[in-house]
Amino acid sequence: MFNVLWLQSGGCGGCSISLLNAESPDVMTRFKSADINLLWHPSLSEASADEFIQLLNNILDGKIRLDALCLEGSVMRGPSGTGRFHMLGGTGKSMMSWLQSLSEKADYTLAMGSCAAFGGVTAAGNNPADACGLQYDGKQAGGLLGEDWLSPAGLPVINVAGCPTHPDWVTNVLMQLALDELHSEDLDELNRPRAYTDHLVHHGCARNEYYEYKASAETLGDIGCMMEHKGCLGTQARADCNIRPWNGSGSCLNGGYPCINCTAPEFEQPRLSFTETPKVAGIPVGLPTDMPKAWFVALASLSKAATPKRLKDNATASQIITPPGKQKERS
Amino acid sequence: MTRKIYGPFNRVEGDLELEVEVTDGKISKAWVNSPLYRGFEQIMQGKPPLDALIYTPRICGICSVSQSIACANALADAQGVKTESNGQLASNIILACENMADHLTHFYLFFMPDFARDEYQQKSWYGELESRFRAQIGTAASTMLKARAEFMHITGILAGKWPHTLSIQPGGTTTTIGASDKVKLLAILMGFRQFLESQLFADSLENVSQLDSENGLKTWAEDHRQSDFAQFLRVADDLDLNKLGKIDAHFMSYGAYSFKDEFLFPQGIWAGNSGKKTNLNTQLIREDLSHSWMLSQNEPAHPFQGMTLPDPEQSEGYSWCKAPRYDESVIEVGALARQTIARHPLILDLVENNQSNVTNRIVARLLELARVVPEMENWCRKIKPNEPFCHQVSMPDKAEGQGLVEAARGSLGHWMSIDKGKIVNYQIVAPTTWNFSPRDKDNVAGALEQALLNTDVEDDGNKAVAIQHIVRSFDPCMVCTVH
Repeated sequence: MFNVLWLQSGGCGGCSISLLNAESPDVMTRFKSADINLLWHPSLSEASADEFIQLLNNILDGKIRLDALCLEGSVMRGPSGTGRFHMLGGTGKSMMSWLQSLSEKADYTLAMGSCAAFGGVTAAGNNPADACGLQYDGKQAGGLLGEDWLSPAGLPVINVAGCPTHPDWVTNVLMQLALDELHSEDLDELNRPRAYTDHLVHHGCARNEYYEYKASAETLGDIGCMMEHKGCLGTQARADCNIRPWNGSGSCLNGGYPCINCTAPEFEQPRLSFTETPKVAGIPVGLPTDMPKAWFVALASLSKAATPKRLKDNATASQIITPPGKQKERS
Repeated sequence: MTRKIYGPFNRVEGDLELEVEVTDGKISKAWVNSPLYRGFEQIMQGKPPLDALIYTPRICGICSVSQSIACANALADAQGVKTESNGQLASNIILACENMADHLTHFYLFFMPDFARDEYQQKSWYGELESRFRAQIGTAASTMLKARAEFMHITGILAGKWPHTLSIQPGGTTTTIGASDKVKLLAILMGFRQFLESQLFADSLENVSQLDSENGLKTWAEDHRQSDFAQFLRVADDLDLNKLGKIDAHFMSYGAYSFKDEFLFPQGIWAGNSGKKTNLNTQLIREDLSHSWMLSQNEPAHPFQGMTLPDPEQSEGYSWCKAPRYDESVIEVGALARQTIARHPLILDLVENNQSNVTNRIVARLLELARVVPEMENWCRKIKPNEPFCHQVSMPDKAEGQGLVEAARGSLGHWMSIDKGKIVNYQIVAPTTWNFSPRDKDNVAGALEQALLNTDVEDDGNKAVAIQHIVRSFDPCMVCTVH
């Protein structure tokens, strides 16, 4: 039995709600298959108020073993480091201080979503609540627990980043831990599971042909590539969103809007706006991560010159107007 | 006289704490505290207006689409843009998908498991309820989650993903669908209809929609005993849930699911059983900060003039939540308010007999499932795949916009001011801000605070299951409440 405790702090609850979207099979069946016992989850458990506080105290007293502590939402440090912006109801204590004590008891600590990992949307703007992640404050290592912190089982905080997280990312990482099949080499440089961050959102994007020929969308809803004008960060974003669909067949790109790189720290503060590509001398600033800039520019101008009419036509339309192949004669 | 604190509550979205004063075993006073503050209204100051479409859905993971639509409506108001018909239909379907999934999640995961608690072991209905609804192990949850996940495929097609889509824009949607997507949507809706008609109602959606009186509902429940809805009605009858959490607050609806300038469920104000329905005038909305941990303005302000500056030292404060009032009245919002203002005969009869209470709030939600899913089928059929879905225009440098929507839990409003091309003020009043409001400057308690009064808590000790029923009957969304 692998005991999991799931807490929420400065977030929207969307990662839990996304978790409930798990299907084939559903979340409870997935957990059962790895003998995961949900000690408590805000949306799924019976225990409320005193029963729940008793559970937390039993964990701190060592009466109940805690294998994995999951946090959804940012750590709320404000105002002035007191944690008062999130007091855990019924306890008179800040959630920040509960997290500090509980993380010492759990074999593994996981940040479920970009808020818990890095601060996320709650840390946007002037960060009024002084929100941060469990082990990161934006791109800066540290956060609540500190850069060098390791859990009793010897791993840093596992950052299942995303806004929201995909249900598979969450259940797969918990099941791997329960079966002792997740180790430090399975985490990337930001301690995110490589199972999904070894991919780019670009992989499997249905707009790849438009990307190849730099046939670009001009307004949201156009079906061309959104990298050149509409702020799409899919060529840099680390996630498998276009390989592992959302809600059956979806992804941000399939929904007609750009990737905002929501698995990355500080995605919540774009350079200009989320749907506008920053450019210097007409060239997008954020190019594919590991491609030499000169090559990109050379290839782009070459492919732009070779763009088929079909792609040019369709790129700025909201639905395909010129299909591939020879048009059927219509009477 | 004693004082007790209850919290944290789970199976509500977000964080909640209650303080109650108990006199002779009954609650004599209640204070509702929303203990989490994030500061979205501060975060959005200085941002490009269209970026609000990325931030506002992330106020809430369970009402994410409602936040998107309120934001898109505020932007559309600022731009003076009219939404394309296809865009309206697609937005209605996406919104209804979220709202119906929320009603379902509330009933099966949040509300019913409380009747499967050990406290009810002596009840004749306990065995059946326990095997069906016990948290985490009851048979209903996995069947429901499967139906819910398949139903959410609608958002995969129309919104890219759920929660947190960017497909909803002022003027329409970024997604367009072809004829083959359209038939796929119809097939998904049929799958969901089958789940509702076999498990929740054991009857057709149309028959449930046509129930027109409390007595009719009683007879129906006897004839459809195997349905989950009838199971609830049986428990509600046995525990007198129609006397629990009772208030005579005013109801409000901003109007739900608009198409071609008409609402499926109209907007309005309903001034209690003694009063009557009047037209909505959002100029009469004020937010009162007298009992919030907020830097106070002298007088309660309309959201366009509102401000949000947290002040944990405010001496009268006991919640991060502001106290919204409509023409100085406490308001209850949600499915019960919506269906009363829409004059559905069953709901009118229930409200006339017993005002707003735990039973009526649940019945109104389930009735909406029966009424809205067939409308989703209609909207889907009306989509014209070869016509535009979005009408895009430029953003003015200086403008104001109001965006209203009916979320699952009730009336959600966004008020946005733009100057020099940036957001200078953004104020949000969410459904649970109304329902779980703290006291106002005249010391008048909010809707939940009133609903808890006179609840018998003597026998239950600290667990007080009755309190749990009352709180959850509102389906509170605390992350929206304070944001």
